[in-house]
Amino acid sequence: MAENENRNRNQRPMGRGMAMGPRPKLKKGIVKRLLGYIFKYYTPHIIVVAICLLVSSLSSIAMSVIMQRLIDEVINPGLSSGWSSVVGTLTAIITTIICIYGVGILCTFIYPRLMAIVTQGTQKHLRDDMFSKMQSLPIKYFDTHAHGDIMSTYTNDTDATRQLIGQSIPSLITSSVSIVSLTIVMLSYSVWLFLLVIVSILLTVMITGNLGMKAGKFMMGQQKTLAKEEGFVEEMMTGLKVVKVFTHEDEAKNKFEELNNELFRVSSEANKNGNILGPITNNVGNIFYVVVATIGGMLFALNVKNVCLTGVQPLTLGIVVTFLGMFRQMSQMVGQITQQITMVAMGFAGCARVFELIDEEPEKDEGYVELVNVVRNADGSLSETKEHSNLWAWKHPHSDGTTTYTELKGCIELEMVDFGYVPEKLVLEDVSLRAEAGQKFAFVGATGAGKTTITNLINRFYDIPDGKIRFDGINVSKIKKPDLRRSLGLVLQEVNLFTGTVMDNIRYGRLDATDEECIEAAKLANAHDFITRLPEGYATMLTGNGASLSQGQRQLLSIARAAVANTPAMILDEATSSIDTRTEALVQDGMDKLMKGRTVFVIAHRLSTVRNSDSIIVLEKGHIIERGTHDELIAMKKTYYQLYTGAFELD
Amino acid sequence: MIKTLTKSIREYKKHAILTPIFMCGEVSMETMIPFIMALLIDSLQSQNTKDLLMYGGILICIAFLSLFFGCMSARQAADASCGFAKNLRHDMFHKVMNFSFSDVDTFSTSSLVTRMTTDVTNLQNAFGMMIRMAVRVPLMFLFSIIMGCRINWKLTMIFIVIVPFLAFSILMISRKVRGIFKRIFKKYDALNNSVQENVSAIRVVKGFVREDYEIEKFKARSEEVRNDFTVAEKWLAAFNPLMTFFMDVAMILLMYFGAKIIISTGNNPVPELTTGQLSSLTGYGIQILSALMMLGMVFVMITMAGEAGNRVCEVLEYEPTLDVNPDGVTEVLNGDVKFDHVSFKYSEGAKKNALEDINLDVKSGETIGIIGGTGSSKSTLIQLISRLYDVTEGAVYVGGKDVREYNLKALRDQVAVVLQKNILFAGTINENMRWGKKDATQEEIIAACKAACADEFISGFPDKYETFIEQGGTNVSGGQKQRLCIARALLKNPKVLILDDSTSAVDTRTDALIRKSFKEMIPGTTKFIIAQRVSSVEDADKIIVLDGGRIVEAGTSEELIAKKGIYAEIYETQTKGKEA
Repeated sequence: MAENENRNRNQRPMGRGMAMGPRPKLKKGIVKRLLGYIFKYYTPHIIVVAICLLVSSLSSIAMSVIMQRLIDEVINPGLSSGWSSVVGTLTAIITTIICIYGVGILCTFIYPRLMAIVTQGTQKHLRDDMFSKMQSLPIKYFDTHAHGDIMSTYTNDTDATRQLIGQSIPSLITSSVSIVSLTIVMLSYSVWLFLLVIVSILLTVMITGNLGMKAGKFMMGQQKTLAKEEGFVEEMMTGLKVVKVFTHEDEAKNKFEELNNELFRVSSEANKNGNILGPITNNVGNIFYVVVATIGGMLFALNVKNVCLTGVQPLTLGIVVTFLGMFRQMSQMVGQITQQITMVAMGFAGCARVFELIDEEPEKDEGYVELVNVVRNADGSLSETKEHSNLWAWKHPHSDGTTTYTELKGCIELEMVDFGYVPEKLVLEDVSLRAEAGQKFAFVGATGAGKTTITNLINRFYDIPDGKIRFDGINVSKIKKPDLRRSLGLVLQEVNLFTGTVMDNIRYGRLDATDEECIEAAKLANAHDFITRLPEGYATMLTGNGASLSQGQRQLLSIARAAVANTPAMILDEATSSIDTRTEALVQDGMDKLMKGRTVFVIAHRLSTVRNSDSIIVLEKGHIIERGTHDELIAMKKTYYQLYTGAFELD
Repeated sequence: MIKTLTKSIREYKKHAILTPIFMCGEVSMETMIPFIMALLIDSLQSQNTKDLLMYGGILICIAFLSLFFGCMSARQAADASCGFAKNLRHDMFHKVMNFSFSDVDTFSTSSLVTRMTTDVTNLQNAFGMMIRMAVRVPLMFLFSIIMGCRINWKLTMIFIVIVPFLAFSILMISRKVRGIFKRIFKKYDALNNSVQENVSAIRVVKGFVREDYEIEKFKARSEEVRNDFTVAEKWLAAFNPLMTFFMDVAMILLMYFGAKIIISTGNNPVPELTTGQLSSLTGYGIQILSALMMLGMVFVMITMAGEAGNRVCEVLEYEPTLDVNPDGVTEVLNGDVKFDHVSFKYSEGAKKNALEDINLDVKSGETIGIIGGTGSSKSTLIQLISRLYDVTEGAVYVGGKDVREYNLKALRDQVAVVLQKNILFAGTINENMRWGKKDATQEEIIAACKAACADEFISGFPDKYETFIEQGGTNVSGGQKQRLCIARALLKNPKVLILDDSTSAVDTRTDALIRKSFKEMIPGTTKFIIAQRVSSVEDADKIIVLDGGRIVEAGTSEELIAKKGIYAEIYETQTKGKEA
């Protein structure tokens, strides 16, 4: 019965849907690694827990032994010689029980509390480590892994690990300790009866073990079907408006019905197999109980010589009765183990995925050039300062021990850059350009021409093997990535806002910006107007990636965010594509102000936004095919001209 | 809540009722077992082999019966709970399919998915637990007490006295934990949400070098979750020792008094208590107390499922705001569209109307261009035509009839909308196209794709029309996706076609070609085109300019340019470069 309860609780997923996708096979060393993880922070806890587990399982076994002593030393002699003769022994026995129970209870009280600390603590450490590691991973990781899979590591896999540490492992330990100690106790009483018990237990294991495996297999099947249905629901919910527009509701319902019935079939099969495990273990135990009782009784009746660890003694009735109790306990323990097996397997599989994430190769950063605040000395040279001067410089320590300071200007240079996301396929070939500080560069070209790739390389979201990109004359791979990125503002086509107030979201650009500075930036991006019209202005809470805002409004916020960052160089990746022309004119006006004195790379959707660029670069299949100012390119009447007049598709 | 949920049991009512019935059988057998065991032990003691074998036989029979009942109820319970879950999912899915656009806005996509998956799973487990435990626990409790009393009522009193204490403490803990769990779920959601945000916004995080900031934020949240969870688990952890404590107290008392009674009455011909009975009393004691424990567990479980239940009910009890009007008119005469003093706001609480007093009269076959700034309610305006939203005041007429008079499906089949945020589904191009027309032939599909200028790039794919489109259409470019979506809408052969900024990623030349094929292929269809580009609407029969939810300008391109208003300004900015 108690096992039933346990299993049901274990089945309950805490996060979304449980397992998704294929799980890695149980890797070697994963057990050791997990234990190492636990021991790293909680060695004292674990030692105490281990002792408690041992003591508490021993104390529960003591119960059966006590029963034997009660019968053999108190009741039976008491029956013949009267109450008063045994009252002393009884009191002694009771006192012993009280002591044993007292210690037992203390242990059952202490260990789950400690385990709660260990489990939750380990889970937190795992989560924190995963998250910290995740933040250090290269963009490539996120571009090549399904986001749902990453999420599921945090929810399902971490949860599976929690159950493993918090429930399965302690339960396995308790059961094993009990089995071992029961074995010893049994052997010390009677070898014959012990053999009888072992045979019965083996038979029980054979029956339940098979069923347990089967249930486990069905459980896995259930998870798979569940994931399938979840995928469908997700797609339909995302496309719900399209479903309605096409009055496709009935088809969706039918398809859903199919999946739903399939899920019902699989899950009811899994549950049936799981549910019957309890009654089967219990009753197989009951049946063998009778067998043990009958044979034990016969042995007693036949006055068989009892062989035990301490020698040969007569078999008493108390021993037989005690054995019955111990047998019940043992079969329960074995039942518990069979039921934990699936959970343990799932736990370790989840755990393996967690470690897989933690083991990912972090973004490499071999840079040593830092960005520091400087003051200009009278002679024009620069020297480092701790204060917030508005002057920044690259601090470049050289191998000969000297350090030079180069003023941060925002001059960006690419020299014969070749790059491919996969080695076989180059996305950029022989791209060279030089943007002087304060210049505005625009990239145009069709999908896949390599515009975004260039910007990915400048801020080192992706690394190129050799240093062919220079920032203020310094090879970017020598610059520490955080410092490099701090000098480059970023506005992406796909706007991502964070849960928090509008103000928080703008301040994301520079954490120490004052409210006034944020509002100033919002005004610059022409976001101020709509923000003040929000129910709570700048204090309006945004959730779900700013779901309450229109596409254009979100874009304006992301521009304000970049504006507050106040960087010498800026990358605008198709930032203005969903703002209508009128708003765009306003944005353009703000951006022009913002771009003054900055180096800017723009990837624009509509050519009206790139017209005032210092240089327009036309890309095709990774090559620069045209470059020049708007007027020059128009005069050339080649690709740019065709794009501009709308003859070619832009993206 | 309970009422709404139980409605979904339906055909599994039989299973849900059979489960506790079989459970009764199992429990009554189970409670007999210690009783028989007592007799067995006593016959052992009196070395009565005949009795021993008889009781052994009975016990085995009972065990088999109990096994039978147990398995039956387990199977029924599995069917009942899985069936319940199936029906819940079914009901929710159907409900959601009947949602109007504004209803969809009320629930976020991810919350709907969670409700249909995790929440249902939790309810399923709780339900399965309940139908099994609801009978098991009280019966076990009752039977054990009766059997105990039959053996020796004095000793059974020990348990009865202890019960209230244990029950009280279990109740207290459950209540305490319940509150904590409610809090935990919220925080846990927030934690996962922050992971989700970071995964999708990783470029922003890295671009602004906010890794450490995000890590700190995350750690603070995970610490909160840890704290609450630890507290909750510690409380739950108290269950066990508490139970053990009461059980131990009971056992000690039982042994002491039991031994005393046996010995002091041992010489009677009919003893008040035998050794076997003492050990079976122990068995009943354990059953009584563990029944109580189980009660506590069920209590916690129901608490945890309660939240899920609430969330599921929110969907099930939600009244879709749009009535589908099944008996409405099923035929749309023509593509005439008329707006008559239409005002609209998204919710009753909204301070401002999104649309204010719109009047518009469009004849079949006309093309209407709509231009306006962000938030000028362009999309809102056209969504009223196919009743994606219902007007707040005034009326919209299609084919001379108020849109609310139509059968909704019939209306939407005749008014095709290509949404701004359009979506392709996982499946081949052909499958996606057949969303527009289920039984469309390959020729029809190709014709539609040609009209939408999609055929040219589709033919370039190795698998042509059998090319598999990934979920969300991630393997085609923005412009291609838009053209596919237009083709899909064309297949409907609608009387009114609405393009909501659907060619923004398409180049101007293709855009012009698409408009040209509209003119040639579907001259009778009324076309609404929302666009940012003046060139997309330039040649429309009528252009309306929206600003702040009002029509501020209307007329042909020439008329509007002459007016020197907003349109002229936009026209100016968008075209001036060309002459340069």
